[in-house]
Amino acid sequence: MALTDKEILKLESHAEEIRETIIKMLVEAKSGHTAGPLDMSDIFAALYFHVLKHDPKNPEWEERDRLILSNGHIVPVRYAAMALSGYFPVEETLTLRKFGSRLQGHPERMRLPGLETTSGPLGSGLSQAAAIAYAFRMDKKPNRIYCAMSDGEHDAGNIWEAVLWAGKNKLHNLTGIMDRNNIQIDGMTEDIMPLEPVADKYRAFNWHVIEVDGHNIRQFIEACEEAKAIVEKPTIIIAHTIAGKGVPDIEYDYHWHGKPPTKEEAKKFLKEIRSMKGKVPHEYA
Amino acid sequence: MLNADAKLVANPFDEKLEKKSTRDGFGAGTVEAGEKNPNIVVLCADLSESTRAEWFQKKFPERFIEVGVAEQNMAALGSGFSAAGKIPYIASYACFSPGRNYEQIRTTIALNERHVIICGMHAGVSVGPDGATHQMLEDMGLMRALPHMTVLNPCDAEEARKAVVAAASLSGPVYIRFGRSNVPVFTTAETPFEVGKALVLWKSEKPKVALLATGSMSFNALSAARSLESDGIGTVVLHVPTVKPLDVDAVIATAKLAGKIVTIEEHQVAGGFGSAVAECLAKKYPVPIEFIGLQDEFGQSGDPDELIEHYGLHPSHIAEVARRMSSI
Repeated sequence: MALTDKEILKLESHAEEIRETIIKMLVEAKSGHTAGPLDMSDIFAALYFHVLKHDPKNPEWEERDRLILSNGHIVPVRYAAMALSGYFPVEETLTLRKFGSRLQGHPERMRLPGLETTSGPLGSGLSQAAAIAYAFRMDKKPNRIYCAMSDGEHDAGNIWEAVLWAGKNKLHNLTGIMDRNNIQIDGMTEDIMPLEPVADKYRAFNWHVIEVDGHNIRQFIEACEEAKAIVEKPTIIIAHTIAGKGVPDIEYDYHWHGKPPTKEEAKKFLKEIRSMKGKVPHEYA
Repeated sequence: MLNADAKLVANPFDEKLEKKSTRDGFGAGTVEAGEKNPNIVVLCADLSESTRAEWFQKKFPERFIEVGVAEQNMAALGSGFSAAGKIPYIASYACFSPGRNYEQIRTTIALNERHVIICGMHAGVSVGPDGATHQMLEDMGLMRALPHMTVLNPCDAEEARKAVVAAASLSGPVYIRFGRSNVPVFTTAETPFEVGKALVLWKSEKPKVALLATGSMSFNALSAARSLESDGIGTVVLHVPTVKPLDVDAVIATAKLAGKIVTIEEHQVAGGFGSAVAECLAKKYPVPIEFIGLQDEFGQSGDPDELIEHYGLHPSHIAEVARRMSSI
């Protein structure tokens, strides 16, 4: 059933909260990645507050869908979405990257329940997601498996090994989500290592391809629904995003891939995020 | 003399002793483990015949997973299968797994604490004619350095079978090393095998030097001990199938008994079994040590026997080194 406009607005406000939380975390951490987490905020709001079958109070629930984060460096968006959906207190997000924190700079499954895998080194998440999908199909389990990936990590051979293997095995319970923000550390993806035509590449590997506006929550949710109806192939949702979406100073700028905002910048950025919609009071206001 | 408690075959020095490769133990062990536990799956990277993964494939086709020539994918798939409640054995040649996929093993299996059993075949120079590219000599060093990893190096097909079965009951990541060439099956179903335990194979009345060996080199060490005995040089032979965690008590007891150590492995001496023994003894009971293994060089093509001899892994060279050690 299609979501009402009110429901979409609610998800958009969650995305806004996620963005705010990300900025606050990164300022406090004084290191980390900014662009990717911001541009995946709409999708993570949709996943944690609508798409995923999960229970924040019972992260090991057997019936849960699995969300594998392959590009571990954008984990602030996952930590923020987890905290805001009730996995742990939002204040704990401020421990990001600090000694003794459960919120490691790159996610470690053994430290924080609900992460599913340990990741950061790029290119190996899809393999893990595909194996889970395969094993669940062996056991006739209905859970769905989602794998979030960056576009830059598609330079890695391991990704294409997994794309090939998932296509061969017709893993219809697997949905890949590519953050197509066109940036990577050294510059624009099409300069560093051209990926286009990336949709055709996936089709050639026997995947079902859906392209969406990664900031249009309704489109993304509909794509997830469409993927459920594809029974003979895995699906890749290529989510076209604007790097750093939500903060005009960061948008489209690859220099923001791997650095955090300063406290001064954060004040401005948080205002910009809030100017998108609604007002949420906090210490930097 | 032979340690009766080791329950070896009646005469391990019988030239007609049956010979099998330790990879045969992998094939038999996975079938046995698979019969006991329906969660066991075997993954293979386009080498199902030569790794003996096809033994499992024939018995349990629905639980055999072919991944093609893609060892990085295989390691990360292994992690995923473990996440989904399976017990995956991932099989390829050791030079590719863990050689090619070290990072995937490190991040998705070791740091991630997944119970994946990494089975590295064709380890050592005894791979023979394929040459240096396929003769993995650094795998134990790579795997031993990883936190959480258990490292097993069985001596013959029978012990390999036991190691493969035992690995299913462990938790966390496991590496098991296998060879290609046929080597004497000198242990029996009754020979004790426990992960983390070393086994005395031979003990003279007054040992002057201890031979600590792992994998198929333990048989060569045993042969060396016998010839040394006939020359009047007493030894003790400790077979160490678990390279990590090392049986520290047994290693120290052996060092105390003999006072001098020779380690023997079909692996680079840097970072491997001998290094593990030296790390232990330097801290707990320093004694003179000599290291037999590859001395910072790669292998080459040849017959396994020729290569074993050329690289100083033959019983006669082990005996020579031990003799020298016993006289210092």
